[in-house]
Amino acid sequence: MALSVKHLLDTTSLTADDITQILDTGRSFAEVNSRAIKKVPALRGRTIVNLFLEPSTRTRSSFELAEKRLSADSLNMGGSTSSVVKGESLADTIQTISAMNVDMFVCRASLAGTPHLITENTDAVVINAGDGKHQHPTQAMLDLYTIREHFGHLDSLKVAIVGDLSHSRVAGSLVPALKTMGATPILVGPPTFQVADPAYWGVEQTADLDAVIPEVDVVYLLRVQLERMGGAAIPSKREYNRLFGLDERRRSLMRPGSIICHPGPMNRGMEIMHEVADSPQAKVLDQVTAGVATRMAAMYLLLGGENDAR
Amino acid sequence: MLVKDVRAIDPAIGLDEVLDVRIEGKRIAEVGKGLSAGDEEVVAGARKILVPGLVDMHVHFRDPGFEYKEDIASGVRAAAKGGFTDVATMPNTDPVTDTGTSVRYQIDRGIEEKKTRVRPIGALTRGEKGEALAEIGDMTEAGAVGFSDDGHGVQSAGMMRTCMAYVSQFDRVVIAHSEVESLTKNGVINEGRASTRLGMFGWPALGEELEIMRDIELCRITGCPLHVAHISTARSLELVRAAKADGLPVTCEVTPHHLFLTEEDITDAYQTNLKMNPPLRTPDDAVALIEGLIDGSIDCVVTDHAPHAKHEKDCEFEIAAFGTIGLETSLPLMITNLVGPGRLSWARLVEAMAISPRKILRLDPVTIEAGKKADLTLIDPEAKVVVDRGFLESKSTNSAFLGAHLTGRAVDLFVSGRHVLKAGKVA
Repeated sequence: MALSVKHLLDTTSLTADDITQILDTGRSFAEVNSRAIKKVPALRGRTIVNLFLEPSTRTRSSFELAEKRLSADSLNMGGSTSSVVKGESLADTIQTISAMNVDMFVCRASLAGTPHLITENTDAVVINAGDGKHQHPTQAMLDLYTIREHFGHLDSLKVAIVGDLSHSRVAGSLVPALKTMGATPILVGPPTFQVADPAYWGVEQTADLDAVIPEVDVVYLLRVQLERMGGAAIPSKREYNRLFGLDERRRSLMRPGSIICHPGPMNRGMEIMHEVADSPQAKVLDQVTAGVATRMAAMYLLLGGENDAR
Repeated sequence: MLVKDVRAIDPAIGLDEVLDVRIEGKRIAEVGKGLSAGDEEVVAGARKILVPGLVDMHVHFRDPGFEYKEDIASGVRAAAKGGFTDVATMPNTDPVTDTGTSVRYQIDRGIEEKKTRVRPIGALTRGEKGEALAEIGDMTEAGAVGFSDDGHGVQSAGMMRTCMAYVSQFDRVVIAHSEVESLTKNGVINEGRASTRLGMFGWPALGEELEIMRDIELCRITGCPLHVAHISTARSLELVRAAKADGLPVTCEVTPHHLFLTEEDITDAYQTNLKMNPPLRTPDDAVALIEGLIDGSIDCVVTDHAPHAKHEKDCEFEIAAFGTIGLETSLPLMITNLVGPGRLSWARLVEAMAISPRKILRLDPVTIEAGKKADLTLIDPEAKVVVDRGFLESKSTNSAFLGAHLTGRAVDLFVSGRHVLKAGKVA
């Protein structure tokens, strides 16, 4: 078994086998992460560059821990310290780092397509850790992992994805990945946050959260970027919370056995209320735990020499 | 100079036959069959097509201000390679071409190069800022062939009304870049399937269409001729059709990239040479635009030749510069995709690429008749073209069609009798 792709740039190009393999491998690494000594020699001697051109704390920490636990050597480069800020082109930055013989780039960027541009300037493997409003494939992997651990399967599940859909790379990766695995995503949000062409993804889109909630197995809340408020898309935190926030009343409408996910960081009081965020139905911390394991899996499968595409 | 045995096509005078054309000095001396060559140079015209010189009424030569992308010297070489006797240059230079002096600069630089003529389009407002009228009378006197705030358009309806009312006294056209910026803000790609698929801000069709609606109404009350630049959607075309049916002086143009490329061509590779303003639209839009060109609803084909240096395109899509070059590839694309397959007649091509733009810019008509100015383009419809650095004369290589294999191109060009493109090479 090996992944069908050389890089992990998006979920659109992953097959169901690829995804299953990442989730299954992630499970083995989750066991490693539960040991007292959380380290395996799988990627000893390999060099991984964490190129974070946009600020990130959670994703970067998750990748760094994953690299350390795989025994890889890692180098952190940030947007504020990188030459990109000094006016160097991305191509020059990548070629320069590549000349130091690195094996993998993990890239976070504010501009869509940046990870692809990196692949054109290096022989190293590239993992997209979020590119603009486009995709965030490892987030989708940890989400699927969390959901599968809870239900035991992914096919036939209904997942409501609620929030700022049109600016969301999380939705951009999660929707195609769910479809590939036989689940049914439903997009929910105010019309000013809805995607321009839901038909491209083959999904339903609605503004009626109360109608959707009793129908789904997972309510997946997206973080509302506070900087988008006042940008006319929504009038206020208060009104968003009233129309789209997950509060106790809405939680009580959810199916028995259903769960709540959120990619973090949560805006408590906006898309999710305190008591809901801390309820047993909320799997937010499970998602974070799964993040390290699934990222270990992705890096291991892409670099571990078990990859046909390389 | 004698062009022998050439199929001469000029729909303005109902001409389409094989004959000989003699050029003496700046003029066509004789048109007829079996002309005998004296001691003059003979150009073999068999299997080739002679048409009135082509005109591209929408190009960017970046001179002055951005000469590293293109200057008038390289721009007119690209134009000559493409078979154009005249090009109209947009005013978004630095400084903006908004005075008689700056118009004269471009014309004079063009004359010095002795190739394709440069016909400047002046800015409507000073600095293209949309705030105060530019000296349109002065620019008209200096030789400006039209007026436009190309690149972003005049955002205020009141200012656009003032511009059109003012221009209406000069027998010149207002060329509208149609974009409501409050709708297209941050947009880099067509809103819809492409923006959803690639995760970037959309540039909605409405951003163009709403502005065209406004400008058609301003045309109605001011009487100022309106030319809608680079239309890109089916609905835009419908609006122009309706305005024409109302008898308004409204014309429009289309680019080869909006005819032959769509948002579907932009893949996960995020090709920055396919980033345009307006953006590439849907396949349905392209089909409608081709129909509009065939039936004459679209008056002319222009390139919106927009050169950019490598470092402005070799970067992330969202921060890459908008635009593609097009002068060298326009005619080859039209022949390859429409004339060759029999979808567009040669006569209609000549209308769209030679006759209509002259009418819209109030240039003297050019016809293939004895005594007329020798502005002629000789086309080899079977010549093979590979779009690569070697084929391009432009300083920049940001062509949306880089790597394309095309059939048909201009091989000779006469500008007032001067032989500026000879056997496919710019003299």
